[in-house]
Amino acid sequence: MTYAVFILFTLMALCGGVLVVTQRNLVRAATALVLSLFGVAGLYVLLEAGFLAAVQVLVYIGAIAILIIFAIMLTRRMVQGDESGLNRQWGWALVSAVVMFALFCYVVVKAWPLALGAVSAPAVPADSTEALGLALLDWEQYVLPFEIASVLLLSAMVGAVVIAREKHDS
Amino acid sequence: MNGFDISNLFLSIGQVWTEWLLQLGLSAGWVSFVNKLAGAVLVTAFAVGTVVFTIVGERKLIGRIQDRLGPNRVGPFGLLQTVPDVLKLLTKEIITPANADKVLYSIAPMLAVASVILIWGVVPFANGVMGVDLDIGALYFVAVSSFGTLAILLAGWSSNNKYALVSAFRVVAQLISYEVPLVLSLLVPVLLAGTMSMNGIVQAQAQGWFVILAPISMLIFFISSTAEVGRSPFDLLEADSEIVAGYNIEYSGMRFAMFFLGEWIHAFTICGLTATLFFGGWRGPFVDQVPALGVIYFLVKMFAIYFVHIWIRTTMPRLRIDHLLDFNWKFLVPLSLVNLIVMSLAARLTGMPRADAALGELLPYWGVLLGVNVVLAAVTLYVLGVVGSRIRRRQEAAREPEPAVTGP
Amino acid sequence: MIPLSWYVLVSAALFCIGLFGVLARRNAVAILMAVELMLNAVNVNLVAFWRYGEPQAMAGQVFALIVFTVAAAEAAVGLALFIAIYRSRDTVAVEEIDLMKG
Repeated sequence: MTYAVFILFTLMALCGGVLVVTQRNLVRAATALVLSLFGVAGLYVLLEAGFLAAVQVLVYIGAIAILIIFAIMLTRRMVQGDESGLNRQWGWALVSAVVMFALFCYVVVKAWPLALGAVSAPAVPADSTEALGLALLDWEQYVLPFEIASVLLLSAMVGAVVIAREKHDS
Repeated sequence: MNGFDISNLFLSIGQVWTEWLLQLGLSAGWVSFVNKLAGAVLVTAFAVGTVVFTIVGERKLIGRIQDRLGPNRVGPFGLLQTVPDVLKLLTKEIITPANADKVLYSIAPMLAVASVILIWGVVPFANGVMGVDLDIGALYFVAVSSFGTLAILLAGWSSNNKYALVSAFRVVAQLISYEVPLVLSLLVPVLLAGTMSMNGIVQAQAQGWFVILAPISMLIFFISSTAEVGRSPFDLLEADSEIVAGYNIEYSGMRFAMFFLGEWIHAFTICGLTATLFFGGWRGPFVDQVPALGVIYFLVKMFAIYFVHIWIRTTMPRLRIDHLLDFNWKFLVPLSLVNLIVMSLAARLTGMPRADAALGELLPYWGVLLGVNVVLAAVTLYVLGVVGSRIRRRQEAAREPEPAVTGP
Repeated sequence: MIPLSWYVLVSAALFCIGLFGVLARRNAVAILMAVELMLNAVNVNLVAFWRYGEPQAMAGQVFALIVFTVAAAEAAVGLALFIAIYRSRDTVAVEEIDLMKG
């Protein structure tokens, strides 16, 4: 049962991913991105990280994917281009991606083998969401990364507004 | 089998059902699978079934408010009006425009319905009677709502129609913007309850409904979720006098019906959520002794709020797009931010009351939170008054520059 | 329980798909989407190791949350840049944005 769900979400993530990089039509590619991100959210649920799954859907699908589709619409003349979506070096890109994947497989299976059979893991504490919240605000744990992240978001927001704003020179 | 407890009707039915399945010889894993499937079907059936009644009810009510009769031909008092309407929509031809993006064009209506039905998975009907009691229920609600935005955006783009595209741009402007105050006001009940679980939030309202403790959050939540539904006065997505029908201009037959269905489910869903988050959900007199009463309390509250929703819908004219965005970014967002900060400070100062606190202990807690809200509302109104009169003075100054000097 | 290595391999595959996209796409927005895929792959890895390593400690989840933040910031600034470039150069194809090439 769990395996079937795992395979379903994996297929969603990977097929979506392949469509993202091969679809010429950009809005379709962005929709495939949504599919892929949703598959990843499903994997988070299987990993018992429900909070992250919800944040994944909220941030990636609710914000980033919609923002991307919006940007595609604004730069619309590119969408209906007849030329291929790939550039001249796509063959080399494919080779390097495959080589990279082979390298990863070698590392995971041969070099530092992770247990391939069913492994057991310690149980996730029932209140892991609460523990995450407390860890983020704990002075001795992650309060500094948390604050840096918020400063990063603020500066990104201001930066995006400044960059994208039309200049009215009058 | 232990005795059938009539006071806890729904959980008892669930128990009997589960035992019956086990007697059939299914393994525990399959029983849980079948149970989850049945629960999903039940919740969906509730959401879709309620629409059949709300359509007639809402049309009758709108008719009354606008001083006309409303549907009155089919069946007694026109109660069966929905049946021929549905038949008509089902039998109509499904048209796909030649230049539409066919895949996305057919996915969009399904997403629109799915996103609102998914919300019902975490709404508690009575204590423990709910799809699934997620510990992140409130966050889940916000997350699945984003599929609705995506559906309308895709529908608007894939129709390959300029009006639909304008509608899609408005979607981004309106729905994304109003999500900000929605989430910020949603945080206040979460903060007061100390949990994101929907059932936990209802249980925490044993010490007073959050509408008393946080009325401003309730108002912001209700307004911004009405904007999320995209109904009057926020119906800019499908404003028929400006962009014909917006994103669903090209849709026909069942696909159009699905957008329609999604919108109507969404309309009473937000009322159900307001009831759950702020009006005590299934809480009411004697609910601790007879948990089955909770369903009735919940439905009564939901439809009472739904009445207000329809009332607003029929009374308010549509906003202009710049007014709509100004209202959100210059009023709702700052107010909900200040509200969140003030409420968290106040809740921190008073501290959470114990679960079995007597009325005498609760009164100061209520008083402080309500008082904070009243002060905040007064300050808001004062600031609005000052800013408003300043803007008005500036506008008047701009309108009539210098009165022309005529004669000596 | 599903073996940890499966998650790691899925993550590796997703990362390589993203890598291919970054190297091979012409449109800048498409490249951004491929970068998002790569970030997601990293996140799957982080959460999987959190789950199978030490679920009591929250380091993995916190790391994943920071990656979310970075992804959101990157998407906002990146798309703003593309829109600004599109306004002045009328294209977002990366081969044609070669002003610095001389």
